Amino acid sequence: MPYYKERSGLCAALRQYSTLFRIRFIGGLQYRAAALAGLSTQFVWGGMTILLFRAFYRSDPSSFPMDFQGLSSYIWMQQAFLALFMLWSMENEPFELIRSGNVAYELCRPVDLYWMWFVRTAATRVSKAVLRCVPILLLAAFLPEPYGVRLPDAGIFLLFLLSMGLALLSVAAFSMLVYISTFYTLDSSGLRMLAASLTEFLSGAIIPLPFFPEPVERVLSLLPFAGMESTPLQIFAGTLAGKDALTAILLQLFWAMVMIIGGKLWMQRALSQVVAQGG
Amino acid sequence: MIQVQNLSKTFYVARREAGLKQAFHAFFRREREAVHALHDISFTIGEGEMVGYIGPNGAGKSSTIKVMSGILTPDSGSCLIDGLTPWKDRKAHVRQIGVVFGQRSQLWWDVPVIDSFELLRDIYRVPEDVYRKNLTELTEMLSLQQILKTPTRQLSLGQRMRCEIAASLLHQPKVLFLDEPTIGLDAASKLAVRDFVRQLNREHGTTVILTTHDMQDIEALTSRIILIGKGQILLDGSMDTLKQELSPMRTVTAACQGDIAALQLPEGVTLGADNTQGEGLRHLTFSVDTGITPVPALIAKLSEQVSLFDLSVQSVSMDELVLSLYRKYRI
Repeated sequence: MPYYKERSGLCAALRQYSTLFRIRFIGGLQYRAAALAGLSTQFVWGGMTILLFRAFYRSDPSSFPMDFQGLSSYIWMQQAFLALFMLWSMENEPFELIRSGNVAYELCRPVDLYWMWFVRTAATRVSKAVLRCVPILLLAAFLPEPYGVRLPDAGIFLLFLLSMGLALLSVAAFSMLVYISTFYTLDSSGLRMLAASLTEFLSGAIIPLPFFPEPVERVLSLLPFAGMESTPLQIFAGTLAGKDALTAILLQLFWAMVMIIGGKLWMQRALSQVVAQGG
Repeated sequence: MIQVQNLSKTFYVARREAGLKQAFHAFFRREREAVHALHDISFTIGEGEMVGYIGPNGAGKSSTIKVMSGILTPDSGSCLIDGLTPWKDRKAHVRQIGVVFGQRSQLWWDVPVIDSFELLRDIYRVPEDVYRKNLTELTEMLSLQQILKTPTRQLSLGQRMRCEIAASLLHQPKVLFLDEPTIGLDAASKLAVRDFVRQLNREHGTTVILTTHDMQDIEALTSRIILIGKGQILLDGSMDTLKQELSPMRTVTAACQGDIAALQLPEGVTLGADNTQGEGLRHLTFSVDTGITPVPALIAKLSEQVSLFDLSVQSVSMDELVLSLYRKYRI
């Protein structure tokens, strides 16, 4: 043991991870230009998507599965919190650490590598989202009905926040699975590409899940991907409510746990076989 | 402090001949070759010792360090550091060690150094007062005052290395592993690093294990060296015995005229380079094992056969010593 009495207990353990979160959060806040660029892209993207759906809506409102105001809310919230959900943009650092062998340093720390990376991934996403969500939401709030954001009542909003938290956990846990696979493949670009396009489609990032044919939608809503984006957005938009919303949240919790436990076990296995590259 | 016994680790390396055809072949059938990175390694290091761990590239130095720091799990053998097995009690073990990989960085790239230090403080759960004390001491010993607030990416290599070393010592480890800490540094930075490590060892009794290719590091810091080659320990001894064992070697440079081809050399003498330029004097280099033939005997023998104009005698440097060890063990 060290010569001094180290800080111990839950508090010190939490502090380990909150510091990891903080340093990454601060790091993320530094990139103002990137935030500004992202902001304008997302605003324009959101606007164009809404215009596109408007054309469909005009041709046949009755076959439209969401009300138009709900759809607008869905899209603005999606754009505002894109950084939390997007799976096509994963953190490069773990891939780089594994490929170059710098993971050696990470393994010399008295911290669980899984949680260290998990916290870091989550922190990056939160810091990006915090910078971008406020201006987008402000702008969207001033748009005329039905193109702007419709605020739900407080109860639903709380449910939405809870569900968004769970979505963040799912996204981070899923990213971890992709990171860990890099221990075996060393180059993850193929897998990342595959994972990104698949999850984009299955999580409701491209088209909201209610727009899929009903049997397909029913299957998709049971998969872990729905909980990464669709569930919180649909709760906010009002298409998921009451008992359905609660079920969806429980499902989110279930999948997040499965991915976290699976990831932890897989990481343990990978580390016992890992060969830090180079030198 | 450190007991390593019969440590072995084998890696499998994919291998194929050059060329498209071979690449195609390898697509279906990989040929893998076993590389014995570590083969039956055993040594013991006492508390407060400074040990130089040397060997050519690929000898297994880094693998040993990785095993000792809990990163690599060996195939067989045991390793106890302060009573803990690194790869089994990883978290408890890494709290007591500090590691500096000269070719990698542990500081966060885009935040000031001090932020990285504070992160490490929390990760290692160092109490605030202990952290303050250590930081003050390290800042002073490594003269970091000016650079603590600079982002890591803007530091020079020498500055960064000093910060890296400080970073690995904030939690007061009992054992410090330095893996090529002076690689790429200029003379002044190297001296600063060496001075610091010496001081650390003297004042805190920190056990230091150092791998390096820089023999001056070894000479300046360690009294004991362990030589490893092809995954095996070839030599483990104090610097003095090593020098004694190998100091019979002398290099004699002679400028002479005469029939070199017919030169008869006494036993224990080999003719090295022939640095003759153009006509006239021949400049010859001999390496002499004075255990067999004393230098004066060689000179006498030489002067019988050729006419000597100039002579110089050097004992071997640390670099040559190591090279001769490599040759001796054919690694």
